[in-house]
Amino acid sequence: MEIEDISTTTAPEIDQETADAIAIDERSKGDFKYPEDHKYDAGVGLNEDTIRYISKVKKEKDWILEFRLKALEVFFKKEMPTNWATEDLNNIEFDKIRYYLANGQRPTRSWDEVPDDIKETFERLGIPEQERAFLAGVEAQFDSEAAYSNVKEDLEKEGVIFVNSTEGLREHEEIFRPYFGKVIPTGDNKFSALNSAVFSGGSFIYIPKGVKVKQPLQAYFRINSENFGQFERTLIIADEGSEVMYMEGCTAPKFETATLHSAVVELVALKGAKIQYVTVQNWSSNVFNLVTKRGMAHEDAEIRWIDCNIGSRLTMKYPGVVMKGERARGEVVSIALANDGQHQDTGAKMIHAADNTTSNVVSKSISVGKGISTYRGQVHIPKHLKGCKNNTECDALLINANSQTDTYPAITVRGNQHVTQHEASVSQVSQEMLFYMQQRGLSETQAMSLAVNGFVNDLVSEFPMEYSVELKRLIDLEMEGSVG
Amino acid sequence: MSIIIKDLHAKIGDAEILKGVNLEIPKGEVHAIMGVNGSGKSTLSKVIAGHEDYEVTSGSIEMDGQDILEMDVDERSREGVFLAFQYPMEIPGVSNANFIRAALNARLPEGEELDAVAYYKNLYSKMDGLEMDRKFTARAVNEGFSGGEKKRNEILQMAMLEPKYCILDETDSGLDIDALKIVSRGVNSLRTEDRGFLIITHYQRLLNYIKPDVVHVMYDGQIIKSGGPELALELEEQGYDHLIPATA
Repeated sequence: MEIEDISTTTAPEIDQETADAIAIDERSKGDFKYPEDHKYDAGVGLNEDTIRYISKVKKEKDWILEFRLKALEVFFKKEMPTNWATEDLNNIEFDKIRYYLANGQRPTRSWDEVPDDIKETFERLGIPEQERAFLAGVEAQFDSEAAYSNVKEDLEKEGVIFVNSTEGLREHEEIFRPYFGKVIPTGDNKFSALNSAVFSGGSFIYIPKGVKVKQPLQAYFRINSENFGQFERTLIIADEGSEVMYMEGCTAPKFETATLHSAVVELVALKGAKIQYVTVQNWSSNVFNLVTKRGMAHEDAEIRWIDCNIGSRLTMKYPGVVMKGERARGEVVSIALANDGQHQDTGAKMIHAADNTTSNVVSKSISVGKGISTYRGQVHIPKHLKGCKNNTECDALLINANSQTDTYPAITVRGNQHVTQHEASVSQVSQEMLFYMQQRGLSETQAMSLAVNGFVNDLVSEFPMEYSVELKRLIDLEMEGSVG
Repeated sequence: MSIIIKDLHAKIGDAEILKGVNLEIPKGEVHAIMGVNGSGKSTLSKVIAGHEDYEVTSGSIEMDGQDILEMDVDERSREGVFLAFQYPMEIPGVSNANFIRAALNARLPEGEELDAVAYYKNLYSKMDGLEMDRKFTARAVNEGFSGGEKKRNEILQMAMLEPKYCILDETDSGLDIDALKIVSRGVNSLRTEDRGFLIITHYQRLLNYIKPDVVHVMYDGQIIKSGGPELALELEEQGYDHLIPATA
């Protein structure tokens, strides 16, 4: 799915400025941008007026504005978590960020109605092509708002809802409001509070009882503007016995200044439902990616996070599952690749809150050059429960002698009627292994790529085909230029 | 057409291991190097392949008239140098089939790729020759392989990559007699007029199966004696001691 040479895909009506903007040296598929054209701009910095502006543009009900304003208070009150996390967080300049940028268009159901520059952005990222090939529905977000949103007709007939957050809260309040902000309360952390104050875009999904969506639903989040903060909000509700797989991809061009991406994703799997949430992010190395993701699994329900973190300056993300009903299952499968100058601070939270619940965490991290990978895991099993199981495996691969990996597992198990196991390993691509591969004719870069792909292979093979191909391509790109 | 090594000196750290090696391996010939532990045999093979731990301080290595000392490890490989390792490395998660395919693709011009059907056909026929089970295509390179399986896998890679010059570093170590026969048969099937071999071994045993044209004895970083196949038999009977120059 390589993007063709831009000279053959550029539409004739594009002006010189646009052509220049997209002709920049493209190191990776996502590194290009179009000129900004915003009808709505909440300006730079954050205060009550910013919130009121966003809420007004969205024509929100009062309770949502109240929710936002309260969240803003919480955000201002909460300290940066630098007591345990990296001090790099202090380099986020909240006063210099633009919190809402949109061109005022409602998301369309047809790519033909999407403005040209936005449409071309997503075409270059291969989204319409993937939609035709293997997706049940797509939402494409450009800066603050979705430009395109569509779900296949037969699913819509069955009652599947797949809309953005604004529409979800406006048109389907009775479905979404009871769960909105319940899995991840505003005050969960400073960044969930920030998101709750300024959220825009994201996906609101409802899968009715017993409906099993065979093909994945996909959202693509694209940052196009500099000094911008993207704060999408996603809420997926899988009603009893239903099944859904949701996939998200994210990219941004390279800017001189830092960009902030801070999402909140809440999943609710009701009795016997299954949700799989797949993320393949490829942020450019100036993005602070601070995301809160958590799911609530009811009786016999299953929530599985598959999380691939490539790129960004700093990613902090610990997908979690609260196993609220008996026999609920939670799983986090994550791959993180920290290149030179990047810090992947990722992990998982497994909260067992009912008997006979099972959780599984498999984390693989790769540190290249001076890249830092940190794993933070929390497993909580209280004393009054019985028959709970957790398995945690963390494997780290170091590419150079100066790469770094840290593991902070926190396993709280009270009572003695549970089974937990934790395994961790650190391995290195040794000089001898590289020599062996190079002796067969592979360049150093090819050898490294192969070693890294081999390291994550057992996890990647569980991904949908299209995503495993994409992930392999991203790893190859990351390894290029990281050697030498 | 040959590999010509002239007055080769190489060191690792401060220790000089090769102290003026002279050797010529013409295409179409099989040369064996024998010698006691620490004589520099394995070092010689790694220096020819271009291992970065070793620094060549003087001398030259030419392959078919080309100076290879300036080339990177992978470049030498693509130019036709193959080293069968004494201790083949494990590559977790990378299947044998993918590894060999990647190595072959690295030899093609940019943008070109092997035809998958033809590749597997070729791979299977070479595996059959080495009596390797098909399951080895899907297994990670050398991971969990027995010693004999690893050595067979080296010969498989050699057969697939069709090098101009093959260096076998103690390929016989750790092999039982059956495996030794299979490996030798694999090597012999690759003996052609346009391929040269350098076989490093401690023991005469391997040379019963792979008949050398020339046998060299290495001692203290130099080749101290060369001769025909009978030299290997002589070493087997009399040991190395009588060849070793008396130290001052």
